[in-house]
Amino acid sequence: MSGIKLTINGLEVEAQPGQTVLEVARDNHIYIPTLCQYPGTTNVGACRVCLVEVENARTLVASCCMPVTSGMVVRTNTERVRKAQRLIVELLWSSGDHNCLTCERNGNCELQDLVYWLKIDKPRFNIDPPGYEIEATNTMIQRDLNKCILCGRCVRACNEIQINEVLDFTMRGSEAKVGPAFDLDYIQSECVFCGECVNVCPTGALTFKQARFAGRPWEMKKVRTTCTYCGVGCQMDLNVHEGKIVSVTGNREYGTPNTGSLCVKGRFGVDFVHHQDRLKKPLLRRQKGGELTEASWDEAIDFVAERLSALKKEYGSDSIAGLSSARCTNEENYLFQKFMRAVIGSRHVDHCARL
Amino acid sequence: MAGLAAAFGSGAMTNSIDEIEFTEVILATGTNTTENHPIIGMKVKRAVRQQGAKLIVIDPREIALTKYADIWLRQKPGTDVAVLNGLMNVIISEKLYDKPYVEERTEGFEALAKVVEKYTPDYVERISGVPAEDLKAAARLYAKANRASILYSMGITQHISGTDNVKSVANLAMLCGNVGIEGGGVNPLRGQNNVQGACDMGCLPNVLPAYQPVGNDEARAKFEKAWGVALPATPGLTIMEMMNAAHAGDLKALYIMGENPMLSDPDLAHVEESLRNLDLLIVQDIFLSETAALADVVLPCASFAEKDGTFTNTERRVQRIRKAVEAPGEAKADWEIITALSNRMGYAMPYTSAEMIMEEINQLTPSYAGITYGRIEREGLQWPCPNTDHPGTQYLHKDRFTRGRGLFHAVEYVPPAELPDQDYPLILSTGRVLYQYHTGTMTRHSKGTTERYPENLLEIHPNDATKYGIKDGSLVKVASRRGKVKIKAAVSQRSPEGTVFMTFHFREAAANLLTNPALDPVGKIPEYKVCAVRVEAA
Ligand code: SF4
Ligand code: SF4
Ligand code: SF4
Repeated sequence: MSGIKLTINGLEVEAQPGQTVLEVARDNHIYIPTLCQYPGTTNVGACRVCLVEVENARTLVASCCMPVTSGMVVRTNTERVRKAQRLIVELLWSSGDHNCLTCERNGNCELQDLVYWLKIDKPRFNIDPPGYEIEATNTMIQRDLNKCILCGRCVRACNEIQINEVLDFTMRGSEAKVGPAFDLDYIQSECVFCGECVNVCPTGALTFKQARFAGRPWEMKKVRTTCTYCGVGCQMDLNVHEGKIVSVTGNREYGTPNTGSLCVKGRFGVDFVHHQDRLKKPLLRRQKGGELTEASWDEAIDFVAERLSALKKEYGSDSIAGLSSARCTNEENYLFQKFMRAVIGSRHVDHCARL
Repeated sequence: MAGLAAAFGSGAMTNSIDEIEFTEVILATGTNTTENHPIIGMKVKRAVRQQGAKLIVIDPREIALTKYADIWLRQKPGTDVAVLNGLMNVIISEKLYDKPYVEERTEGFEALAKVVEKYTPDYVERISGVPAEDLKAAARLYAKANRASILYSMGITQHISGTDNVKSVANLAMLCGNVGIEGGGVNPLRGQNNVQGACDMGCLPNVLPAYQPVGNDEARAKFEKAWGVALPATPGLTIMEMMNAAHAGDLKALYIMGENPMLSDPDLAHVEESLRNLDLLIVQDIFLSETAALADVVLPCASFAEKDGTFTNTERRVQRIRKAVEAPGEAKADWEIITALSNRMGYAMPYTSAEMIMEEINQLTPSYAGITYGRIEREGLQWPCPNTDHPGTQYLHKDRFTRGRGLFHAVEYVPPAELPDQDYPLILSTGRVLYQYHTGTMTRHSKGTTERYPENLLEIHPNDATKYGIKDGSLVKVASRRGKVKIKAAVSQRSPEGTVFMTFHFREAAANLLTNPALDPVGKIPEYKVCAVRVEAA
């Protein structure tokens, strides 16, 4: 298959039929800003921030929806393009309540980045913010539609990535907003709290509620790990600040098996780690029928070692059995069966795969 | 697992998660995928909505996937073998099966054909309630696809006939030449994050790591040499047998790492008596679980976020976990505790990191030989991975089954062990929901998941609800021959008339006070999916 030849900013490049101008520009490390575009979802050309100039076209075109053609001459960085982009971003900025000082997205916001990149000092317009109430009816996702730029990413993520089919545009015109059907709160809707919409939202409209005031993005240490729940084994980042897991995020670049998507358990089921009821010291029941009371590790290990050795001596190795866990690591499972077989000498080791 | 191993020579998921999205036909049976394996559920939905795949669902419950299904076969609980045999009956009688594949790559076809002969669509309809025409349509859809993937989970295995169910699934896939190809396969979805790994590592009474049988002299000799001890040559007890041995007084001590049989095992009253009968119960956990509360020694351990190591996911992919935060108080990683205990008992374990243990695993576990921390830093590897140049294995049984030829098993339908009668007129089926996990140890200590599904609910059909005078949201009593629980009713059409459903995540209404410990004779898996109960307003 022969490639299509075109020029972008004077550079001759090759593309495959069916590719968009945006894709080809990105392949060639030419930056075009975007807001509504998101990988894995349909290109809708809604925000128009990705405008470019195409020779012989009457108007500027949205590069995310423009298929390449042979001989096309594209410019991404003219003053005309920048002016149009500035107008769009200024309008987005001023029609919402974008107070970065207290916004959870500060430092991790695509709108903020774009304002800076386009060198906008202050928006020209003075529009009253829409005055929505912040949705506070669940503990997982905070929804502040005053910061929504109606890019539709959340709607497409919910319908096209997760296929949960919860979100849509409701109302029209200046009343337009995104959300579950019948204008319900998330918690009243069929939402399954996968958090995909939060992950894709370019602004502070959708944020992780439990991460509120728990640390700025640049203070966060990201630790890549594997989800501890089901057998899919999703890859995820634990975002850690001051020794605490503040939130869990997916990362498309980690690839298989989940390409950045998660479910409610992986996303919102990790705070058990810091629960106050976690066991912190060994407990011993020093007499049958007595209470469990705290002990030192030394004492606990001694107790177990002595009791196991005594039972082994009196009743034989096969009077001792071990149950390992599908929740522990491979290394721990390996060691557990080695302990039972080599140290205790027992034949009885199993785990709960059957259950 | 035993069923698949008998048919193919390996009990693991044959293909990969990513392939599910790009196949022609998906047959999902006994898996509530969108709730129990949400990301795989997502891929199934994308396959249907975006890639033009066809979906067949075989399930008594109206699970979310039925909304996406082209064909939904709603069989009576526990009649899976009849339905699967029925599908094969149609495929063989209409000559839709992959004859060259069956001849070149399998054995036992004649016996299979003979058994399924009597499972005509009409006969199957009488047993299972699945309309004959639907059965035929499903058989044709599955058989005519070039690539078709079967997904199954606990809905297939948690029956007294669980091993037979799995063998039937394997039969169907081989009959249509769907094993050993990309986008095909027989894919058991593992319920817990590292069930696959726990099996791979030999935490089973009959095998050493990588399924090397304890009875195999050569395998044993290898471990005896590496570990410097003599090893027993006969298999030990399974979990349910351990409980019975404890009950009888033959078992004196039980060491439980990270498990909670006081909620997860069937017939909890019996489990409690058994555990109380032990001389020594050692429990290692992150919370004081129902089981830990009975222990003589409770050892606090680190959670997944507080240690290094690897998990093996359902598609055999070995992936890293990494320490992100410190464990609370004096809690230690499980491997550190075992190491300390072993050293104290006079057997030296020199490990100072999880990686050191993996290096030993690499030496002794052929399928993991090439899986080192260095290689899986960025992306996990799928076993078998026999050396450090090997790229890992995306799908199994390519060109040749692990056991040589694939083996058909002629399997007859056997009804569940306990069927409804006058005293206990309803079937109880147990399972999980999206928002909770296993015995709830982790999810019930997390805010969001608890907010969304705070308490156990009994799913009951409107007709049954009317019959027993039960209103949506009212408290009901559920009783079986083994025990009773109080629980809130949720009237819904999800379960068919005559069947009620509840989860086993909640101690306040523990499903396993009711369930039947009848075991599948081979897999030793209890029949969680069918027992007889009575429901009345409380
Ligand atoms: S959390 Fe998931 S299901 Fe809920 S609205 Fe967002 S994308 Fe949709
Ligand atoms: S909520 Fe976020 S993702 Fe959704 S339309 Fe608004 S800005 Fe876009
Ligand atoms: S995030 Fe959900 S789907 Fe992914 S591994 Fe965890 S529990 Fe499974």
